[in-house]
Amino acid sequence: MRRAWFSQAALLAATGLALWFFASNTAHNLETRKIASGFAFLWREAGFEIGETGAIAYSAADSYLRALGIGLWNTFRVAATGVVFATLLGTLLGLARLSPNWLLAKLAAAYVEVIRNVPLLVQLFFWYAMITENLPDPRDALQPLESVFLSNRGIAFPTPWSTPALVGFNFAGGASLSPEFAALLVGLVTYTAAFIGEIVRAGVLSVGRGQVDAAHSMGLTRRGALRYIVLPQALRLIVPPLTSQYLNLAKNSSLAVAIGYPDLVSIANTTMNQTGQAIEGVAIIMAVFLSISLSISAFMNWYNRRVALKGLRL
Amino acid sequence: MKPLLAIPAALALMLACPAQAQSTLEAVTKKGYVQCGVNGGAVAGFSAPDSQGVWKGIDVDLCRAVAAAVFGDASKVRYTGLTAQQRFTALQSGEVDILSRNTTWTITRDTSLGLNFVGVNFYDGQGFMVPAKMRATGLKGAAKAVKKALKGESPTGGITSAKQLNGATVCVQPGTTTELNLSDYFRANGMTFKPVVIETLPEVLNAYFSGRCDVFTTDVSGLVSSRASRAPKPEDHVILPEVISKEPLGPAVRHGDDRWFDIVKWSLYATIEAEEMGLTSKNIDQQAASKDPGVQRFVGTTGDIGKMLGLDNKWAYNIVKQVGNYGESFDTHLKPLGFSRGLNNLWTKGGLMYAPPIR
Repeated sequence: MRRAWFSQAALLAATGLALWFFASNTAHNLETRKIASGFAFLWREAGFEIGETGAIAYSAADSYLRALGIGLWNTFRVAATGVVFATLLGTLLGLARLSPNWLLAKLAAAYVEVIRNVPLLVQLFFWYAMITENLPDPRDALQPLESVFLSNRGIAFPTPWSTPALVGFNFAGGASLSPEFAALLVGLVTYTAAFIGEIVRAGVLSVGRGQVDAAHSMGLTRRGALRYIVLPQALRLIVPPLTSQYLNLAKNSSLAVAIGYPDLVSIANTTMNQTGQAIEGVAIIMAVFLSISLSISAFMNWYNRRVALKGLRL
Repeated sequence: MKPLLAIPAALALMLACPAQAQSTLEAVTKKGYVQCGVNGGAVAGFSAPDSQGVWKGIDVDLCRAVAAAVFGDASKVRYTGLTAQQRFTALQSGEVDILSRNTTWTITRDTSLGLNFVGVNFYDGQGFMVPAKMRATGLKGAAKAVKKALKGESPTGGITSAKQLNGATVCVQPGTTTELNLSDYFRANGMTFKPVVIETLPEVLNAYFSGRCDVFTTDVSGLVSSRASRAPKPEDHVILPEVISKEPLGPAVRHGDDRWFDIVKWSLYATIEAEEMGLTSKNIDQQAASKDPGVQRFVGTTGDIGKMLGLDNKWAYNIVKQVGNYGESFDTHLKPLGFSRGLNNLWTKGGLMYAPPIR
C-alpha cells in the first residue's frame, strides 16, 4: 500500500516537472526571440472579414475574440447538423445492409466500402468541386421553387421577413447556405454515416436470432420486432462506438479550412498569422476541441447509462 | 492538415535548447548548405520547381546568392516549401535559415514575430483580378447583353474598376496582409463583400476559375503569375487598375543574429549594386580585370569587404558569376510572364531599387 502511494506521487512529480520544463523553456525561447506572447491580442481589432457568420453580427472592426467566437459557432453549426443527419443516414444504411432485399443490401454494402476507403479530404474536394463547377452563376441561377435560387454561390431561400433577390453580384435578402457549408456538411455526413451504418449493423446482429424468432412467434411484425425487441437491446452496444463517431465528426470538421468554410480552425489560423502567436492559437484550438469532445463524451456516457440494462454490468 | 504543421513548429519552440549555442553562419557552414524557406504553393517567377524539379525564381535566386557568398557555390541550398501560415514559425523555430517567400515587410512582422527583414527584392502592391467578360451563358444571358448594348453600356458588362465591386464575392488566401488590405479597402470605400478564404493557391484559384468568386485578390505579382501559369484561358481575365496597398516583398532572417542578417542583406544588395555597375554573369570575368577601383573592390581584388562580413573576399564576385545581377534574375524569371520592371527598376532608371554603396 505504502509503495503504491510512493510510486503514484513520484509519477505525479515527474509529470509536473516535465510540464514545468516545457512551459518555462517555451517562455524563455519566446522571450529571447522577441516573440510576443499572452492573450492580450484577443481584444484587439481583427481587421478581417468572415464569409459567413451564421446570422451573428460581425464586421472587420470587431475583436479577435468575437471572430474566434464566430468560428466556434460555425464549427458548432456544422458539427451539430452533421451529427443529426449522419445518425439518420447511418441508421438507414445499417438497416439496409441487413435487408432481405438483395439489391438494397448490396447497394448499402458498396456505399460503405467506397466511402469508408476514400480519404475524407479528397471527398470534401470532390463535393466542393461538384457544387462550384456544376451550378450556374447567380445571374443564371436555377429556381426550383418560387424565390429559391440555386447557384454556385449556394442556395438562397426566403424567410418570413424577406425574400432573396439578385442585387449586383449576388443575392441579397432571405437566408442562404454557402457552397462551403453544404460541401462540408455533405462530406461529413456521407463519410461518418458509412461508419455509423456498420455500428448499427453490428449492434442489430448482436441481438440473438432467437429473440427475433420469439418476437415473430409472439405475432409481432418485422417492424414491430425491430422496434420493440431488437433496437432496445442493440442500442446499448451501439452507443459507445457511436460516441467515437460523433467525436470523429466534430474533429473532422476542422478539415473545413481546405475548402474555405470559416470554422474555428480557419479563423484561428488567420488570427495566428496576423498576430504571429502560434502557441496561443494552437492552445485555443486544442482547448475548444477538447471541450467539444468532452461534452459529447459526457452526454453520450449519460445516455449510455440510461439505455444500459439496469443491474447488468457489461 | 497543413495548417496544423504549425504544431510541430510550436513544439520545436518548446523543445529547442534554451541557449543558442552557435551563430547561424557557424551552423550553416557546419552543415554545408543554406536551408531556405520558399513558397510551397509554387508561384511562377518567384519560387517554383521547373520540369526537372529544380527550384527557380527571384526568391530562389536570393537563396542561391547567399550560398554563393558563403560557400562560393550557389547550388548549396536546400529548399523548404512553406504555406503563408507556416512561414514565420518555420523561421522562428530554426527550421529554415532564410525566409525568402514573397513576404510583405510590415512593422508588426518586423517587431513582434522575432524576425528581421533584410530588404526588398520586389516592390509589389495588392490588386484585383476579374473575369474579362460577364459570364453570359444561354439565351437569358444573350438577351441581357443585347439589352445592355441598346442602353449604350458595355455589352459584356465587364468590370473596369475596383470601385464597382460592391457586394462581390472575393477569393483570398488566409494569413496574409492581403486579407487585411481587402477589408480596409472595402471599409474605406463604403462597400461590402463576402470573402471565401481558402488556404492553398491551387484550391483558391480553382474556386475563382470555377466562378465561385467574382474576384481573386492578391499581390499584383501573384495575379500576373497565376494568370499566366494557371488560368485555363489567360485572356479571359483582367487585372483591375487599382493597386490598393504597398507590398514590399523581401527576405527575412531570425532576430538577434546580426552577422547572418548582414550577410543576407548584403547578398541582396550585391545583386542590385552589380546591375548598377553593369556587372553581369557573362561579363564579370572580363570586367574584373578593369582598373575601375569600384569594380576591383566589388570583385575582391582590393579591399577586405568579404572579410568584414566573415566571408571570402570573392563573395560578391561569386554571387554575380553564379547567380547574376538583379536585372538578370528579373529578366530570366519574371519578364517571360509579362512583368515589366516598373518600381523594380534601378533608381537611376526611375525605379526604387537602390543599394547602399559597397565600399
